[in-house]
Amino acid sequence: MSASPLPRRPDPALLETLRAHIRRLEGQISEDGETAGVWTLGAPEIDDALPWGGLPRAALHEVLGPSGAASGFCAGLLARRTDRGENVLWCRRRHGIYGPGLALFGIEPARLILVRGRRDIDIFWAMEEGLRSRSLAAVLGEVDSLAPTAARRLQLAAETSGVTALLLRPANETAAATPAVTRWQVSPAPGVPRPGRPGMGFPRWCVELARCRSGSAGLPRIHQTSGEARSWLVEWQDGTTRGFAVAADLRHRPAESAAQGVAVRRAV
Amino acid sequence: MRSDARSKSLFEESHGAATVTAVQGGQHIAAANLAAQETGVIPGLSLADARALAPTLHIIPADPAADARALAALADWCGRYTPWTAVDLDAGEAGGGGLWLDVSGCAHLLGGEDALLDDLVGRLRGLGYSACAAIADTPGAAWAVARFAGTGRHGTTVVPHGEQERIIAPLPVTGLRLDVAMVEGLSRLGLRRIGDLLALPQAPLVARLGNVVARRLDQALGRAGESLSPRRPVPALDVRLAFVEPISRPEDITRATRRLLEEMEARLETGGRGARRLTLTLYRVDGTHAEIRVGTSRPVRDPGHLSRLFREKLEGLDPGFGVEVMTLSVPAADDLGPVQAELGSGRAARAEGMARLIDRLGNRLGPGRVTRLVAQASHIPERACREVPALAPDPAAPCEALDGAHRPSSPRPLHLLPSPEPIDVLAPVPDHPPVMFRWRRRQYRVARAEGPERIGPEWWHEERLMESGARERLTRDYYRVEDKEGGRYWVYREGFYRPGLAPRWYLHGVFP
Repeated sequence: MSASPLPRRPDPALLETLRAHIRRLEGQISEDGETAGVWTLGAPEIDDALPWGGLPRAALHEVLGPSGAASGFCAGLLARRTDRGENVLWCRRRHGIYGPGLALFGIEPARLILVRGRRDIDIFWAMEEGLRSRSLAAVLGEVDSLAPTAARRLQLAAETSGVTALLLRPANETAAATPAVTRWQVSPAPGVPRPGRPGMGFPRWCVELARCRSGSAGLPRIHQTSGEARSWLVEWQDGTTRGFAVAADLRHRPAESAAQGVAVRRAV
Repeated sequence: MRSDARSKSLFEESHGAATVTAVQGGQHIAAANLAAQETGVIPGLSLADARALAPTLHIIPADPAADARALAALADWCGRYTPWTAVDLDAGEAGGGGLWLDVSGCAHLLGGEDALLDDLVGRLRGLGYSACAAIADTPGAAWAVARFAGTGRHGTTVVPHGEQERIIAPLPVTGLRLDVAMVEGLSRLGLRRIGDLLALPQAPLVARLGNVVARRLDQALGRAGESLSPRRPVPALDVRLAFVEPISRPEDITRATRRLLEEMEARLETGGRGARRLTLTLYRVDGTHAEIRVGTSRPVRDPGHLSRLFREKLEGLDPGFGVEVMTLSVPAADDLGPVQAELGSGRAARAEGMARLIDRLGNRLGPGRVTRLVAQASHIPERACREVPALAPDPAAPCEALDGAHRPSSPRPLHLLPSPEPIDVLAPVPDHPPVMFRWRRRQYRVARAEGPERIGPEWWHEERLMESGARERLTRDYYRVEDKEGGRYWVYREGFYRPGLAPRWYLHGVFP
């Protein structure tokens, strides 16, 4: 959090602690600081921008972006679940998830099961099986393109079982309407070296909440949101604390982040 | 008790047919069907003589390898009667193939031994084979009776319990599974029937002819034991379902599988076992069969879960003209204590749910495609981590070491390419990180770099390092580089820097 403190703003960590305290007093929140059925990102700026104070768990969420940045963002999300001893399924077409690389996110490999499908259809099938099994916290699938029927099935399965479905897609995929509750656009951002330390610093991404269907998910809305697209410069910190931290709010700089998105699209 | 079936030819019985093989410079009959044998064409006859005896004889070249394959397939087909089947290795005269079936405790399923033999021979005839079969207390007696009792064209004989001596006495000595030289030796002594041998005292017989004849005689009469090996390992647990009418609708096959699984559950529960591997065999009307195998990550006997695993695989099954018999066997089982009918909702239930999910995924996609990551004690990046099938029993502490002593000091990429990909690099000083590189037809301008981290070969592979230049070739200098847009990559230069020598660069991974 100390990476680049914003001027004249109360400490977000303190605010989040106070909010969580109030919610715990009101009985909506579990002992580990999460409202039932909500998957918090741990960065109050983003959580507060979502009407439910986090991602609804019984839903399908889409993450679009180039493989490195988008799967990094997803790994950060999954780490929030594996930290609590829950299991996750990661389905993709190719080999390549590297165990030592998961250490950055603190994902215990025992909590992770990898599935490799031959075609996208295998990925959808495996995801649906995972969603229906209820023994998992989340199912992540990397696909090249999304069939509307498959997306609807995943959303239904997630609604029924309460297991979260994350769908990772390339950034250049056309943004057709899908039944996903939220859609995130993730693109890489240059890192900032930590003061007094050599190297490149923590990974950073431009994270844009491109879509948020606030009417659904059957959860109480605890925040009023404007409904417009929001974006942040997010850093994954792996120092004294581990988790997402918002380095800058990019709300007023949409053009720049959009330009970055285009540049990265070519990279894929 | 054994049954011994013998097949002779695939051809219509009314028409003479024979196979020929080239032996000792001439063409000789290898096997002949019954119609041909009635005209005098017997195995061993020269082709010219056979043509003279039967001008219309249909001649085909012998193919012993194909015969052996067909016989092995037939042995598997006989799995519908008993799990214990074998190909007869001393098949007697040329051209005759034999099968062993151990039908102990199986005959009542088909309504008795006579009914079993009628069914077996009838079905073999339906498949185009002519067969003779016999059931006796000993394999030797069944062998002799099936071949020489002469109870008609499609003869079946059941030798009553304990009466093998009476039945085999009038049969020729060839019925004792003796070779040609031995049979000739006996006939020179005037011993042509098995009964002739029975009348003789044992000691002079052994002294004169060696102990082969005496041993075969003892084996046929049950005075000496004989052990035969089944073609496939006989599973300890085996259940069977036969249908009055062949079934072919997928839902019928699914229902039959469920019934077999329920029966198997009861058997497994009695023994306090749970299945680790299961084989479902479907015998089709046309004599072919299909096998479906599933594996589980922990001992299971719940028919609901197992039938889901089978359902996935039954979807693609071709029932052909219908399925007559289905068997379910458990080749591998582990101990499984009594299970409470209702599982709680705690940790145990979740672990059970995980195991079931892994079973389902693994059986459809293949066990190698559902994996966990396991750390390995190596500092070579591609060897530091391995994927092991999640189905495997209890992966030894998955990737525990990753957070321990083997955790590398510098960050590792989230995606590691299956093999490092060569890149074109622009580096002002060869010993420095690149300022620009080309990977997969795209240019990357490096904004920042971190490194190098030198990763040397594993010194304990000494013999590989002894080759000239191997140590240098296996040494890599890794850099983390970040391009202008923030994408981060793991690149390395192979070998040491040498002036005048263009270094080779590779991209090995992508950071989040």
